[in-house]
Amino acid sequence: MYYSKRIGQSVLVFFLALTVTFALYRMLPFGPIEMVKIHLMQQMLEQGESPSPQQMARINAMVETYTGIDPNQPWYVSYYHYLRDIVLYQDFGRSIFKNRPVFDILFEAMPWSIFISIYGLALGTTVSLLFGAVMAYNEGSKFDTGMTIFSIANTTVPYYIVAILSLIVFSFYLGWLPSGGRMDPNTTPGLNLPFIIGVVKHAALPVLSSFIAGFGGALAFRGNCIREMGEGYIRVAQLRGISQGRIAIRYVGRNALLPIYTSIMMGIASIFGSGIILETIFNYPAMGLVTFNALLNRDYPVIMGAFIFFTSITLLGILVADLTYGVIDPRVKGGSDREAY
Amino acid sequence: MKPTDDANDLGSDCSPPRTDGGTSGHSGSAGPVDESIFTQTANVPELTPREKARRTFERRIYAPVAVLLNDWRALFGSLILLGFVVMGTVGVYLIPEASVMEGPIFVPPFTNWEYPLGTGVMGKSILKQVVHATPAMLQMILAGALLSVCLGTVIGTVAGYRGGRTDYVLMSITDVVLTIPGIALVIVLASIYQPEQPLVVGLILGIDNWPRLARTVRSQVLSIREESFTEASRIMGLSETRILRKDIISNLMPYISVNFANSSRNIIFESIALYFLGILPHSTLNWGVMMDKAYSNADLTNPDQIHWLLVPMALIILISLGFILLAQGLDRVFNVRLRSRHETAAGGGDT
Repeated sequence: MYYSKRIGQSVLVFFLALTVTFALYRMLPFGPIEMVKIHLMQQMLEQGESPSPQQMARINAMVETYTGIDPNQPWYVSYYHYLRDIVLYQDFGRSIFKNRPVFDILFEAMPWSIFISIYGLALGTTVSLLFGAVMAYNEGSKFDTGMTIFSIANTTVPYYIVAILSLIVFSFYLGWLPSGGRMDPNTTPGLNLPFIIGVVKHAALPVLSSFIAGFGGALAFRGNCIREMGEGYIRVAQLRGISQGRIAIRYVGRNALLPIYTSIMMGIASIFGSGIILETIFNYPAMGLVTFNALLNRDYPVIMGAFIFFTSITLLGILVADLTYGVIDPRVKGGSDREAY
Repeated sequence: MKPTDDANDLGSDCSPPRTDGGTSGHSGSAGPVDESIFTQTANVPELTPREKARRTFERRIYAPVAVLLNDWRALFGSLILLGFVVMGTVGVYLIPEASVMEGPIFVPPFTNWEYPLGTGVMGKSILKQVVHATPAMLQMILAGALLSVCLGTVIGTVAGYRGGRTDYVLMSITDVVLTIPGIALVIVLASIYQPEQPLVVGLILGIDNWPRLARTVRSQVLSIREESFTEASRIMGLSETRILRKDIISNLMPYISVNFANSSRNIIFESIALYFLGILPHSTLNWGVMMDKAYSNADLTNPDQIHWLLVPMALIILISLGFILLAQGLDRVFNVRLRSRHETAAGGGDT
């Protein structure tokens, strides 16, 4: 019951996001239609022609070929078409600039984005949890103090500054790692060693930076661990002679994880947005860079398609995380009144 | 601290204090009355307006400031931020705007005191550029942080306090905004609208920041509304706005101020990124624009030129350090639960 409700909620959110995108795309001023229309009308006026009804029809026809939108249609009809195309045919329109279906462009770039962001997020989360636990167990030690300062510094320095500086040091200055691209152009794609090394080398800096971006939560986890360690049941467990490792993982770790599990989930939501910034800095041709180029070229179908992609992947990630929440915390099974975020 | 304050105020407002010091029984009752705690009343002297004003000053301004100054983080953070504010308000009038070729090209920082932070490729003093970029940054931060904090607080409080259908609707909206990837939405909006005013940029960036605050404020309100002092206010028939304002928002204030600092930091990060990538128009000078120019025009492997890029970066780190220290200081100062937790759990061994 809880699961079906949760999935239904996700589907609803997906449609709401589609609607928001549609509204951004079609209804608001300075959207693509207005842009193309104003542009065309200015051209006409410069040529000394005043817009007559025939010319307006011509402009509208041109708008339609440029953006794939018929301006004469009432909004609800185009809304219906828009939803139908996306849901039934996965048709996000055609890129104005590249003249290819948007879906194909994004689908090619997608795996690379997932590749670097998943590695970054997974690494960042794991390492920060480990460090948080070790810090809590050695509270007050030099390690604890040092890592606390490091964590604060990490929240102070934006990840893209780390990205820019590491790019300057490792690839411009030392020349160890490439400064752009996602694979070595001299290798053939497939399961061979040079190709894999090339891919890893190209991904190293983006992964490092998204690792830095995902490296939060160590301090929060440390605090939670410390609080759990002061609880009575830990003492009871120690008196019962349960091994230290079991107490650390099953008693302290698990209970300390719960409050920050939600913020880890939120990391999924922010990772694709930060992907746009990181991939642009590293010139890594994946979703983010495609979106960025589309933004520069005002390629609206690609922008909107990418936005829908980001939303659906985020939604999927949060849904999976939410459904597995019950594995970490058995108390939530069937619970509908808990705080999800 | 709050509930007892309110109880005192109400006590002196509603029923006139008894001047007998609570030694004798009820005057209207017949026969001797045993002196129990129920019949005793404290001797509450009437306050003159001046005394009231002085007490309010002590409670609302002097005490928080004193506590703030005791915590080195809060002190240090507020000093940094104060420095930036002075730079953005007074500094703009003291230091003239940078002009092209006013000095030699690529003067390294801290060598020539005419150009303390050095110069860039056009021979413009970096210090002057930095100072004149500050007001735009401050406006942006203020607008964005205010918007997100106000929206988050209002939506969270109303949803938590009213409950029921209001809660459901408001939280559904919050969830939708929370799920839509924030930075992506902000980037799309910014590229469509091309906002030039720093205030508008701040507002657009603020869209991304409020839902988390709304969520957390709501859960806080859920527990505060069950507290006895809130219930007492309800039973006394005080109006809903008064309960929300006096009982609930005032208890949330520390939380809100911490979040104000946090969302300010987020807005700095995001705005600099968008200016750096060239998604926002370069109409006003700011640190992101400076970084973008330095990144594309300087030879980044040359140690003599890289300071052009490093100076704005250092400023970004410094201002966010200010906000984070202030947030942590405030958190420690106001958050009684956190303080007591650290005292009991960690045995005072707190970093």
